[in-house]
Amino acid sequence: MISLTNAILFLLLAPIIGGLVSGIDRKLTARMQGRVGPPILQPFYDVGKLLEKENLVVTTSQNFYILSYIVFIVVSGALFFAGGDLLLVIFAFTLAHIFLVLGAYASNSPYSFVGAERELIQIIAYEPMIILSAVGMFMVTKSFFVNEIAASELPLILYLPGVFIGFLMVFTIKLRKSPFDLSTSHHAHQELVKGVTTEFTGPNLAKIEIAHWYENVFLLGFVYLFFAFNPAIAIVAIIVAYLLEILIDNTFSRVKWQLTLKSAWIVAGMMGLVNLGVLYYLAGVLI
Amino acid sequence: MTYLKKSPWLLHYDASSCNGCDIEVLACLTPLYDVERFGIINTGNPKHADVFVVTGGVNEQNREVIRNIYEQMPEPKVVVAVGICAASGGVFRECSNISGGIDQLIPVDVYVPGCAARPESIIDGIVKSLEILEEKRIQMKERAKQKEQGRSPGGGER
Amino acid sequence: MIELPFLIIFPAIAAVLLLFIANETLRNAVVKIAALLIGAGTIYAFFTYFQSGLQLFSVPFEPASQIMFVLELFIALYILYVGIQCRRYLAVLLIIIQSALLIYVESVFVMGIHPEFNLFIDQFSLIMAMIIGIIGTLICVYALRYMQTYHAHHPEIKDRRRLFFFMFFVFLSGMFGLVFSNNLLWVFFFWEITTLCSFILIGYSQTKEATNNAFLALEMNLLGGVAFAGALLYLLYVDPSGQFLGIEQLLTSGYAIALVPAVLIGFAGITKAALMPFSSWLVGAMVAPTPVSALLHSSTMVKAGVYVIVRFAPVYTGTMEGLIIGLVGGFTFLLASAIAISQSNAKKVLAYSTIANLGLIVACAGVGTYKLVWAAILLIIFHAIAKSLLFLCVGTVEHRIGSKDIEDMSGLIVRMPKIAVMMFIGIAGMFLAPFGMLISKWAAIEAFIEAQFGLIFVAILAFGGSITVMFWSKWMGKIISVIPSGEKVEDTVKKEKWFVLYLLTALTVIVCLIFPLISSTLIEPFVMSVYGQTARLSQDNIVIMAMMIFLLMLMPFSLLLYRDGVKHVPAYMGGRPTTTDMRFQGSMGITRETALSNYYFEDYFGEKRLLMAGTALCFGLILLAGVLLTGVIL
Repeated sequence: MISLTNAILFLLLAPIIGGLVSGIDRKLTARMQGRVGPPILQPFYDVGKLLEKENLVVTTSQNFYILSYIVFIVVSGALFFAGGDLLLVIFAFTLAHIFLVLGAYASNSPYSFVGAERELIQIIAYEPMIILSAVGMFMVTKSFFVNEIAASELPLILYLPGVFIGFLMVFTIKLRKSPFDLSTSHHAHQELVKGVTTEFTGPNLAKIEIAHWYENVFLLGFVYLFFAFNPAIAIVAIIVAYLLEILIDNTFSRVKWQLTLKSAWIVAGMMGLVNLGVLYYLAGVLI
Repeated sequence: MTYLKKSPWLLHYDASSCNGCDIEVLACLTPLYDVERFGIINTGNPKHADVFVVTGGVNEQNREVIRNIYEQMPEPKVVVAVGICAASGGVFRECSNISGGIDQLIPVDVYVPGCAARPESIIDGIVKSLEILEEKRIQMKERAKQKEQGRSPGGGER
Repeated sequence: MIELPFLIIFPAIAAVLLLFIANETLRNAVVKIAALLIGAGTIYAFFTYFQSGLQLFSVPFEPASQIMFVLELFIALYILYVGIQCRRYLAVLLIIIQSALLIYVESVFVMGIHPEFNLFIDQFSLIMAMIIGIIGTLICVYALRYMQTYHAHHPEIKDRRRLFFFMFFVFLSGMFGLVFSNNLLWVFFFWEITTLCSFILIGYSQTKEATNNAFLALEMNLLGGVAFAGALLYLLYVDPSGQFLGIEQLLTSGYAIALVPAVLIGFAGITKAALMPFSSWLVGAMVAPTPVSALLHSSTMVKAGVYVIVRFAPVYTGTMEGLIIGLVGGFTFLLASAIAISQSNAKKVLAYSTIANLGLIVACAGVGTYKLVWAAILLIIFHAIAKSLLFLCVGTVEHRIGSKDIEDMSGLIVRMPKIAVMMFIGIAGMFLAPFGMLISKWAAIEAFIEAQFGLIFVAILAFGGSITVMFWSKWMGKIISVIPSGEKVEDTVKKEKWFVLYLLTALTVIVCLIFPLISSTLIEPFVMSVYGQTARLSQDNIVIMAMMIFLLMLMPFSLLLYRDGVKHVPAYMGGRPTTTDMRFQGSMGITRETALSNYYFEDYFGEKRLLMAGTALCFGLILLAGVLLTGVIL
């Protein structure tokens, strides 16, 4: 049931794809702002540079948490592409994120502490919707296994439009995009410095960056599942969804955590649950 | 490898500048100059930064802060003193509360003259600093190698 | 079958012995030996019966029942006495109603009945017995040293340790009785014993707060007791020959007879498991010494509440009443988890998390499909171990740093590294991926989707589960923060405590590793025998999770990679020079100390607000169930 080839392909290709996506993202963002922008390969240069730098830490255990973070991100992503149980994948990602949060806590630094707390808020904001998405996919395809969902002939998106909208909402949070970049703050140095990542230098920061690429590829894979009945449409959908995120990133200002939490939960409740409720009702009627 | 040159991240600190140079540093980030073209990012965090850009001279208030920020930056790192005040204290040189340029406190690698320094010259200065950054990286590597050899004769493994 | 009477009677004998031993060394010896024997007895019972499935034992009803009846009357008189003395008339009223019911039952019906199979054992009883016999006795051993320090720290509290250990062992006896009794009259007797133990142990310190909370617990438990007595009356009324008093016989008798008593006993279970609207007693019970909280209020006694509900789960399946009980559990899970976010007192966080998890177990059992019962039993096991570990860790920390507040546990990894790691594992066991609680939650989500009205529960789990992540991780974060200046204070912890803590930590991990084995030898056969079909996790997932656990165990070794060559710098403080103990020069030259505090979101997850909502909601649901039930009875 588990495809090892896919997992290995993910291990090798995901950083390349993730880095490229990130590079294109930066280029497009620059163009939207009327700038030339960095080269497409810039994210690779950044990570390469970070790996060349010295590793400064506040406490040694930070290294351990970040290593665990990237290891579990990779394992979870590999499990997803190998076709494993979707819920297990989601929980494994949570585990990985907890390691990141703990790494930030471990340094006992004010800025990473605030970042860690905010990262937790983000986790509780997006987690319900992600689980509901998985549940929605199960309700349509009768399976939690990614390979079976991906192989399904049913157009999931037509069954789960509400769930998909809810997912797009938390997609923004997971990609750490404005208006929901609460914890790492690409745009708000003054207030948070760099949130969770403040106390990580060089190689550790590189690991966080690479883990982020891996995770983004997983998220794009998740979008794919909604359109898995037709790979061509799916690829277009992924591109459109990501472009939409870039647009949102550049047109919204950052919101407070209260609004993030509330809006994520309300959307999960309204879009996700209502959608699932209708499916549930229909399934009852049809049976 | 020379990734360092392709992705210098700056930390900008306003010591006791009149803000003239600060505005010019910010101007570099605008679409007109767009230093992100060169992979340059203005981080707000010394722990992520490679290039320490300081404007203004040293006074009693910021003496410890400059030193602290400098110490928290990971090696290899360079310091760029932007504007005449950062270089020598400028017109404030004789003031009772100013102790002079940044090099009174930390080693400065590149001086960018001007009052205020023009964005072009700032960019030029930073590009200059990248050469030094690269040199420092090589030095750092060699030091590490020597240290490794010193610890385990016959060459340690990595 | 000698094991069962041994396990029930032996702790009682040890208890009486302990009541008369004033010498501390001797008490230590007796407690340890008794604990060892009980533990050994449990394990022996396990190996004798784990393959045999359900076994009914014919035990003479007569003398035992009469002794129980007399003891019950004594308990009633005692409660009557203290109730009047402390002017808690609600307790008095409830005990009078309950005793009246009982005397009526006893005098009218019981004379004429001769139930034969009064004791039984099956895999579920065995699981409960293992929890009582192993975790319970470990906590007893831990309590020895704890109570010693407790009295050294609180000279104002009267040393009543003889009573304390007497109650502890009586309680163990009562719990064994409860899970091994097939006869509901007997179950009721043991039920009352646990209520009494809880009452006395909560009020141990005899302060005003403790006494009040003890009475609160007593009143709510008695309310459940009244419902339980009502169930007995109903059963004997339906069939005076008393053949439905046996749990097994009742379960096989079908909905028509079983539903009413099942719901009444379910209500009793709800009060004992401290679900909303009765959650306040368990939170109040945290004034008791920590081993009491660990033994009674997290790992065992409250499990008696969910035990009866899980027992009757097949009766609830597909009924409106079952759904309501499940909803009470579900809402309790959601709201209690949310309240836990706003708490900074470690014991209160543990209390709310206990309430939440009991709620989840009841939600599973109330809906009652076979997959859910499987998940519920798994939850019972994992929760008992991890929670008792956490309570004992908090107790140890409390005695060393003098506080139960999570904020004060900052940097525990520096001050008490071993305890901090154990606490870390315990917390991880409560909510992280390859560990037990999460496996059960995951199984519950999958099972709820297929159940009737399951979507409500799926939503509750999706939201409640992520809330759980929040309050556990911020606690974890606090304890693993490496504070630059911290003194190591754990060297004074005694070896008995270490032994118990190590063992519980090991159990937390081992149970996660061998849970497929536990599932296939105990839970699956039990579910199979009750429902005729059973749930299990797929082989692939088990393998993946085992791999994850091994990976997790390997990760700490990566610290070796960073042994040398790592350069340390102080945390970034906005460029301000900072001393090693995190003091910095603020404006106007004032030295300020850095203090980091977790978010508590009082406005969103405040205790008062959510408790009110939960009480209203769950009270309404219970009323609805009551109305439905009255309809059925009439």
